[in-house]
Amino acid sequence: MSIAEQVVEAARRAAGGSADVDVNVEHTHEALTRFANSYIHQNVASDTDTVTLRIHLDGRTAVNSTTVIDDAALAALVERTVAAVRLSPADPGWAGLSGPAKLPELPAAPDTATGDAAPEVRADQVKAYIEAIGGLTAAGYYRNRMVVTEYANSEGQTARGTVVEAAIDGIAKTATSDGASRQASRLMADLDGAALGARAAAKALASQEPIELEPGEYEVVLEPTAVSDVLWVLSGYGFNGKAYNEGTSFVKLGEAQFDPSVTLVDDPLSGPAAGAVFDVEGTPRDVLTLVRDGVTRAVAHDRRSALEAGVASTGHASAESAVHGAEPVNVRLEPSGGAAPTEVEGPAADSAVLGLVAGVRRGLLVTDHWYTRCLDPRRLVMTGLTRNGVWLIENGEITRPVKNLRFTQSYPEALAPGRVLGIGSHAPAFASKYGVASAMAPALWLAGWNFTGGASG
Amino acid sequence: MSSYLDAADAAVEHALALGARYADARVMHRRTEAMSARNGAVEALDQGETVGVGVRALVGSSWGFFATPRLDAASAREAGRQAVRIARASARVPGPAAMIPAEPEVGTWASECLVDPLAVPLSDKGDLLTAATSEMRKQGADIATGLYQIWDTRKWFVSSEGHRIEQHIRECGGGISATAVGERETQVRSYPSRRGQYGTRGWELVDELDLGAQAARIADEAQALLRAPQCPSGETALILGGEQLALQIHESVGHAIELDRILGWEAAYAGTSWLDLAELGKLRYGSDLMNIVIDATYPGALGSFGYDDEGTKAGKHDAVRNGIWTGVLSGRESAAVAGLDYAGSVRSMDWSRLPIVRMTNVGLEPGPHTLEEIIAETDDGVFMDMNRSWSIDDKRLNFQFGCEIGYEVKNGKLGRMLKNPTYTGIGPKFWQSMDMLSSEIVAWGTPNCGKGQPGQVGHTGHPAAPARFRNVRVGVRG
Repeated sequence: MSIAEQVVEAARRAAGGSADVDVNVEHTHEALTRFANSYIHQNVASDTDTVTLRIHLDGRTAVNSTTVIDDAALAALVERTVAAVRLSPADPGWAGLSGPAKLPELPAAPDTATGDAAPEVRADQVKAYIEAIGGLTAAGYYRNRMVVTEYANSEGQTARGTVVEAAIDGIAKTATSDGASRQASRLMADLDGAALGARAAAKALASQEPIELEPGEYEVVLEPTAVSDVLWVLSGYGFNGKAYNEGTSFVKLGEAQFDPSVTLVDDPLSGPAAGAVFDVEGTPRDVLTLVRDGVTRAVAHDRRSALEAGVASTGHASAESAVHGAEPVNVRLEPSGGAAPTEVEGPAADSAVLGLVAGVRRGLLVTDHWYTRCLDPRRLVMTGLTRNGVWLIENGEITRPVKNLRFTQSYPEALAPGRVLGIGSHAPAFASKYGVASAMAPALWLAGWNFTGGASG
Repeated sequence: MSSYLDAADAAVEHALALGARYADARVMHRRTEAMSARNGAVEALDQGETVGVGVRALVGSSWGFFATPRLDAASAREAGRQAVRIARASARVPGPAAMIPAEPEVGTWASECLVDPLAVPLSDKGDLLTAATSEMRKQGADIATGLYQIWDTRKWFVSSEGHRIEQHIRECGGGISATAVGERETQVRSYPSRRGQYGTRGWELVDELDLGAQAARIADEAQALLRAPQCPSGETALILGGEQLALQIHESVGHAIELDRILGWEAAYAGTSWLDLAELGKLRYGSDLMNIVIDATYPGALGSFGYDDEGTKAGKHDAVRNGIWTGVLSGRESAAVAGLDYAGSVRSMDWSRLPIVRMTNVGLEPGPHTLEEIIAETDDGVFMDMNRSWSIDDKRLNFQFGCEIGYEVKNGKLGRMLKNPTYTGIGPKFWQSMDMLSSEIVAWGTPNCGKGQPGQVGHTGHPAAPARFRNVRVGVRG
C-alpha cells in the first residue's frame, strides 16, 4: 500500500467513514547550476517530500501538509487535519472527489537520468555555454527537475506519475546589449549548451549600440521566447475556469476571438514540454483544445470551478487553484509546419523567424518580454517591456538594433481575426521561470503591437 | 531544540571533513496557515508544516548548497557531503569567492507577538472573512474576496566559524478586495492594500485592521469606478498614497540597491541595476527630501529579524541620505567582492533554498507635511492610491505603475474620481522630482517579493508616507 493510501485510511479512521479524503505525496528533486559574470556562482540541489491531506466532513474542508514522512509525523498530520476540519467554517463550494478513472498514457517513459542529472553534468553544459559565447559575459542556468507524485482518495482513485524536465536559460552581454537563448526538454540529450551559447552571443553582438525609437504601434515579429509569455498570460488570466466563471476573463466560448490561423492546445502528453497526466485532485488530464481555428473552445477547470460552470473538471487542479483558478500548464500554439528550421547568421533565432521577418515592410523583431503585468483582465491588457534584443525591420531585412520599449497591449486583441499575419513553422519548448508550466511557442508575425514608452520614459 | 542543532552541526562538520574551508547549516521549522473567502463563504483553508536543513559549503573558491527534509545524523552528514560535491562541480567554471570577516554570533531572538495567530480559533478567523465578504456582496461587489496568512518560523543556524543562533519569527496579515465587473473592464478596491497588510506581529495586527468596517466603502468605490472618467494622459503633479509609495520604494530603490544585482549576479533573470558602485556616496538619487533607510530592526515590520541567514546581526544603515546614494543591501560574499565592510541582508525563503541578498525593511524617513497639506498646496494634479499593477525594466529604471483609484486635484482640493490611473517614469528623475513628503509613515509589508533561481518568495517591509512628485507622466500614451 502506498503512503498516500495509508494516509487516506488513517484519516478515514480518525474522521469517520463519511469523510471525503484525498492525499497527494510528492517527492521533488530539483537542481540548478547558476552562472553570472561567466562563472558558476550559485549551485544548488534539494530533495523535498510533501504529503498533503485534504478532508471534507460535514460540509467543511481543511487542507494540511507536512514535509516530514515518518509514522509519527503522518499521524500528527491526520490529527491536525481532523481537528481543523471540525473547526473550519462551512465550504459550500465543495465539489466532491474524483472517482476511479484511467489515466492517459504517455508515449514514452520519463527519463529519470534527465531528472536526476549530476552536478558535473550541469557544470559541463554551463561550461559549454560560456565557452561558446566567445569572450562576452554570460549569465543563466542549467536546471533539472524530477517530481514523483502519488495520489489516493476515499473514492478509490489512485494515481502515480513522474515528470522530468531539464532546461538551459541564459544571456550573453556586451557593454550595451544582451542576447538570450533558452530551451527545455524531457531529455537532457536534446539540450546543447554550446549551440545555445552561440545563439545568445550572436544576438548580443547584433544589438550593440541600439537606437531609440519613438513609441507607437508597430508591426512585430515576436520570437518564440516572447510568444511563450503571451501563451502563459492567455492561460493564466483567460483560459482560467474560475476567471471565466467570475466574468473577469476575456474568453467567450464558441466565438471567433482569434485569427483563424490560431489553434491553441494544452497538451500534457507529447512534445518536449509534456507534463503530468493527472492533477492534485486525481482527475486525469488529457489534451484540451482551447482554441481551434480561431474559435475559443474551452477553459481549464478544477472540480470546484467545473461544478460552478456545470461541466466536468479538465484535470487542472493545483494547490492554488481553489483561490486563483485552474489554468492550462502545458500550452502549445500550433506551428504552421514545414521543414525543420536551421541556424542563421545575425540576430534572428532561426530560419523560421527569418521567414516571417521577410514579409515585414516596417516593424520590430522582439526577442523577449519582461515584467509583464495585467492592467485589466477583462480585455487582458498587459504592460511590460522588451528585453534581450529588439531590432528594426525594414523591407524584410533586419536593419538596426533598437533600445528596449514599454508596451501596453491587449494580448487577445493582438491575436484577433486578421491581426495574425504569420506563424512560425515550428514550436520550441520553454520552461516557465516561475513554476512548473511549459510552453511550446512558434514565432508570431502580428499586424500591430502598441509600444507606449521608450527607453528614456 | 538540541536535535535540530545536532543536525546542523553534523552537516557542517562533515562538509569540513570532506574539504570545505567554510560551511554553514540552517534548520528551519515553519508552520503556516492561510484562509481565503469569496462572496461570504470560505473557499480555501490550508495549513502546513515544513522542516529541513540547508547546507552551504565553500570549497576553494566555489560554492555548493544542498537541502534535505531528513534531520537524522546520517542524512545531515549526507547533506554536507552533497554540498561539497556540488561545490567541487562548481569549480569546473570557477570564480572569485570570499566573505568579509564576521564575529561568530551566539544568540537568540524572537519577534514580538501579543496574540499567537495560530491559537486564534479557526471559526473566529473564518467569521471575520465571511462577514467582510458578505458585506461587500451586499453593497454590490460582483466578486468579494478576503484573505489572511500566518507564518510561524523557527530557525537554528550554525557555521564553521562558531555561529550558533536560534530565532522565532511570527508573521501574519490579511486584507479584503471588492471587484466590479463591467462589460469591457473590471475595477477593484482593496483594504488595506491589494495584497493586505503584513508584519512580524501577532493576530493583533489583523484585529487592528478592522476589515469589516471598510467592506461597504470599498464595494461602493469599486462600482463607482466603473462609472468614473478615465485618468487623463499627460504630465502633471502626482500625489501618491503611502501604500503605493511603499511599492515604488520596493521596486525602484530596494531592488536597485541589492548588491548582487549591482554585481551582475542576477543579470539573466531579475536583472542588474542602473547603479554603479563607483558612484556610491556621490550619486544624486533623489531630492533632498529623500532619506531611505535599510533597517532590519524596525519593530513589527515584515522585513525585521534578529540575524540574517548567514548569521549577521540585524542592523540599520542609510541607503539614501539627503538624496545622495550612500548604501546597499549586501551579504558577506557580495560585500567582499565589492570591497564593502557590511552585510546583514541575506535570507532564504525556506530551508530548501540558498540564502541570497534580500530587502529587509527599506523605507523613507518622514517628511514635514501631511497628506492634507500636500493636497491643499497643489493647484493642478492627480492623486493616486493603492497599487494595482507594477512593471519595471531589468535595470530598475523605467517603470509603470497602475493604481486602483485616482482623483483630480484642482486648486488645493480633491475633485472627480478617476479610473485606471497609471504613471510612468525613470527612477532617479522621478525621485528628484519629489518636492513634498508627509510625516504619516506606515510600515507596509510585501509578502510576495520574487527573486532567485530556483524561485524564492521573500517578505519585505517598506515604511512610506504620501508624497508629491512634479511633472510626472500619467495615463497611457497611444
